Amino acid sequence: MTPPPGTLLTAENLRKSYGPTVALDGAAFSIHPGEVVAVMGPSGSGKSTLLHCLAGIVPPDSGSITYDGRELAGMNDAGRSALRRSEFGFVFQFGQLVPELTCVENVALPLRLNGTSRKEAERSALSWMERLEVDDLKDKRPGEVSGGQGQRVAVARALVTGPRVLFADEPTGALDSLNGERVMELLTDAARSTNAAVVLVTHEARVAAYSDREIVVRDGRSRDMERAI
Amino acid sequence: MNVRQWCRDLGMGARFAVTGGREGWVRMLLTAVGVGLGVALLLLTTALPNILTARDRVENARQDYSASYDTPKADDTVLVAVTDTQWHGRSIRGRLLEPEGPGAPLPPGVGRLPAKGEMVVSPALKRLLSSDGATLLRERIPYRITGTIGDSGLIGSHELAYYAGAEGLVPHSGGTRVNRLNAFGNPAPAPERADPVLILMTLVVFVALLTPIAVFIAAAVRFGGERRDRRLAALRLVGSDSRMTRRIAAGEALAGSLLGLAVGTVFFLIGRQTAGSVEVRGESFFPSYLDPSPALAALVAVAVPAAAVLVTLFAMRGVVVEPLGVVRTAKQARRRLWWRLLLPLAGLAMLYPMIGNGRSNGDFNQYLVIGGVLLLLVGVTALLPWLVEAFVARLGAGAVSWQLAVRRLQLSSGTAARMVNGIAVAVAGAIALQMLFAGVEGQYTRETGKDPGRAQMEVDLTDRIPLALARAEFARTEGVRTSVTLSTGMVGGKRREPDRVAPVAVGDCSALREIAHLPSCHDGDVFAVHNPYSDPGYQEGIRPLMRPGLRVWMDPTAGEARGREIAWTLPATVREVTARKDSLQGDPSGLLATPSALPAGAASAVYGHVYLRLDDAVPDADERVRTAAARIDPLAYAWTWAATEQSNRYASLRTGLFIGAVCVLALIGASLLVSQLEQLRERRKLLSSLLAFGTRRRTLGLSVLWQTAVPITLGLLLAAAVGLTLGTVLLKLAATPVSVDWPSVLSLTGAGAAVVLVVTVLSLPPLVRMMRPEGLRTE
Amino acid sequence: MSIGHTLLGLLESGPRHGYDLKRAFDEKFGHDRPLHYGQVYSTMSRLLKHGLVEVDGIEAGGGPERKRYAITDAGVTDVEHWLATPEKPEEYLQSTLYTKVVLALLTHRDATDILDTQRAEHLRSMRILTDRKRKGDLADQLICDHALFHLEADLRWLELTAARLDKLRAEVVAK
Repeated sequence: MTPPPGTLLTAENLRKSYGPTVALDGAAFSIHPGEVVAVMGPSGSGKSTLLHCLAGIVPPDSGSITYDGRELAGMNDAGRSALRRSEFGFVFQFGQLVPELTCVENVALPLRLNGTSRKEAERSALSWMERLEVDDLKDKRPGEVSGGQGQRVAVARALVTGPRVLFADEPTGALDSLNGERVMELLTDAARSTNAAVVLVTHEARVAAYSDREIVVRDGRSRDMERAI
Repeated sequence: MNVRQWCRDLGMGARFAVTGGREGWVRMLLTAVGVGLGVALLLLTTALPNILTARDRVENARQDYSASYDTPKADDTVLVAVTDTQWHGRSIRGRLLEPEGPGAPLPPGVGRLPAKGEMVVSPALKRLLSSDGATLLRERIPYRITGTIGDSGLIGSHELAYYAGAEGLVPHSGGTRVNRLNAFGNPAPAPERADPVLILMTLVVFVALLTPIAVFIAAAVRFGGERRDRRLAALRLVGSDSRMTRRIAAGEALAGSLLGLAVGTVFFLIGRQTAGSVEVRGESFFPSYLDPSPALAALVAVAVPAAAVLVTLFAMRGVVVEPLGVVRTAKQARRRLWWRLLLPLAGLAMLYPMIGNGRSNGDFNQYLVIGGVLLLLVGVTALLPWLVEAFVARLGAGAVSWQLAVRRLQLSSGTAARMVNGIAVAVAGAIALQMLFAGVEGQYTRETGKDPGRAQMEVDLTDRIPLALARAEFARTEGVRTSVTLSTGMVGGKRREPDRVAPVAVGDCSALREIAHLPSCHDGDVFAVHNPYSDPGYQEGIRPLMRPGLRVWMDPTAGEARGREIAWTLPATVREVTARKDSLQGDPSGLLATPSALPAGAASAVYGHVYLRLDDAVPDADERVRTAAARIDPLAYAWTWAATEQSNRYASLRTGLFIGAVCVLALIGASLLVSQLEQLRERRKLLSSLLAFGTRRRTLGLSVLWQTAVPITLGLLLAAAVGLTLGTVLLKLAATPVSVDWPSVLSLTGAGAAVVLVVTVLSLPPLVRMMRPEGLRTE
Repeated sequence: MSIGHTLLGLLESGPRHGYDLKRAFDEKFGHDRPLHYGQVYSTMSRLLKHGLVEVDGIEAGGGPERKRYAITDAGVTDVEHWLATPEKPEEYLQSTLYTKVVLALLTHRDATDILDTQRAEHLRSMRILTDRKRKGDLADQLICDHALFHLEADLRWLELTAARLDKLRAEVVAK
């Protein structure tokens, strides 16, 4: 099945089980460049697994995932890792910043994994930290900053490589509504300014309201609300 | 805070350890196995002195050497001939017994004296004799087996020994080793004088082996600490205060260490049984020898749990358990150097007064030696955290893997230092010991004066067998290339109690040319040896005995040993010849005589030696020679030439050190692996998220390697420094010239590094497994 | 809440007398406000006029309450359309949504669809509010937030109901 024209990332008929647990049961997904799509659904519905599959972290049992004309299922782990390094960015709920590194080193990390020199990497890291208003934390360690600040550092880290797709899994899950909304505002602003697509997994409606459209995952099946109406 | 409160909290902790679910059990088992291994090694070391005394006891009880020559023949005497031999490098203790009356004494472990042609054997020898490929040995010991020697007559389960019946033995005569005894055993057992340097070395071996075990036990009670901290936080939430929490934690460690004591006892019993059934480098013993002395065992039983509690309390000092989690006091005070330096300096200060003591100035103060060595080694564990912290703080950034590792080390250098502490202490101790051994080796290794290039074996014959017969037998023996036959004896200027005696060697011209450079030689010639490589004073002293035409007595009587007293007038010409530097006879001097120059009957006054050159191509040539020698005369003594020989006790000490060091390193490697895996498990989520944004597994694997490589490098450098210092001091204590055996230093540090490398390699598969994206799933 | 649609929906499961209709309505939806019989009568007249119901028969004994009504094809289509159309997100919407869900269950339609459609509609409103909030001043933000929180509460109710549909179906059908 060829993906609709203009889409950046498309998935069809994804299936994935962890042992006896069926996480995805024929889910589908598509996103355009610059689009923010919320993936909603009750917990345990398989929305995180959908994100992991789309990002090439977990290979699906069956189904196709096409990114920019390339089939992810046909890539080996090294290829998918390289794709994640260069084309994708990630923000998780928590536990993602390396506690030993300072904030600016954390933000610079993806660039350095791509082979950018330390100086260069930390310079662009700092400019992203400025955009997310956390540049004053650059020499602090993650253990010394608040949850909202840490999430903004994580967003800066996800965007520092100029990814074309940003995957965010409950990015505000551990934050109060004020901090959560600020993070969402900065995240969507930054993504729009770079024309990055955002896959936003959340169960919170007010977070999902920052998206352009949403799909609902229930019992491993997805439902695209825009197409349904 | 009273005793009851303490007990209650400790008990509660112990209960938590037992009822903590699967996780709790795993943690407790890890601790127990770790502590158990340590305890088993501790018990084993405390049993070591017992091995030595138990063996000494048997050795004393079966001693059959009599210093006096004048024990009269009686109803209660026995003649004992030494017929020790070797079989493929293993010693076989052999004795021929001839009772001289119905009251003849029995050696320990033997119920009835074997008749002629029969023997009683040790179980190990019995097995050996009945094994395939022992034909040569069966020919050499051709007696019928009628019984076995009991344990009380053996120094080890694998000792090879036999007592065979014999007839016609003559005591103290003709170069045989035959003694007349009216009792076995040493009447006044004070065998080898306790050598102060040997005692020093034994003490150092013990301390150097025990210190890393202690460090290891300290690490073992902290297995699974992070998970425990979380449980403690939950306890704080329901209202226990911070002191109670600490005591509860100590209680958990206590439970683990108590179980560890039990496990250790089991390990020890298994090890004891195994040790009784194996043989290491020719040494074996009985399980019962491995009984630790009760006082030391009790000390272990009390000290280990107590240490577990203290270590936990000490370790929790820098940890604040709050109701909602554990706060490691974030900005720990920078480690200070001064008190850490105090430990090794105090150690040096304790050893310093004994410098130059050596062998001749009396015993060493044991407490000072133990204390000094202990402080120096413990100093390593105190200095290492400081060193690691100071060093990693200065490390710059490099590749990502390096940056990850360095930053982690900077944040928690203590954990890293703890991981390598044990290895560092073990290596430091081993280096010091190695130096001490290498330095003292010269003193305990005697030059034999034998040159294996000239002959590979020598058979010393008795006067019971004509030399020609022996020569003919060896000529037939497969594997013998050539043989040289020489007889030796003594001449004195008087029939009895001569002031001086000079050696005389008898052989044909070609045999004598193996000793000295002879310009010409005919049967009937006699030569006087001038040996430029020997003591000139001694040669000058015996020169009067070698004057041409002088009347001398062969085999004069001296003291209790009655000689043959055969008169011999030296010929008119006694030419002086120069000894060969590589003489077949060690350190030759005195007279050389061709057979016809001697008077009739002189053959009984000299003892034959056959020097054999073997054919390397023939397998078991040496065993064939020994069997041939036994066929000629069971009392003939066949031995292989070696350039040096070592004192036995020294050799077994060195063996012990080697085994101990290997055990300790393996043990520490195991604990390293456990704590490594634990750390990885705790970082599972982070590893998965790093993987999500495309970190290569190689990068993470390398960072794990750096994380261990940096502290271990520092640890080994420190260990080498402390080890060399300690070694130098110990050599000075033993009044021995200081020299560093670099290859062994390198090989020991290399062994330490290898352990770390192996641990890292072993922890990589779990690391890869943990980096699976499944780690991102929230359970 | 549309009483007409509700009564139509009730009729879809089979023809009923006017009196039965009132009883069924009261039982399922009229927990605190029972329907007057007059309301039933006037609603039925209106539906009859629009051809959405027809009189199936009149029982002997007279009186308007003895008329038996049945739904027409046009009536079924009308119910169908009503159920599929999301309500304009506003406060105190639940009773209508609840009625829709129960009727969907009674008529063996997919109640999840109703909830999902409604959720999408809610989110659309929330997006508009969020957008206005981002562009506006503090006053706008506060006003929008107030609306957003209410909408969010609705959404939560929708999710909760979606999660409990199976249970609800069992209860509704059993009555």
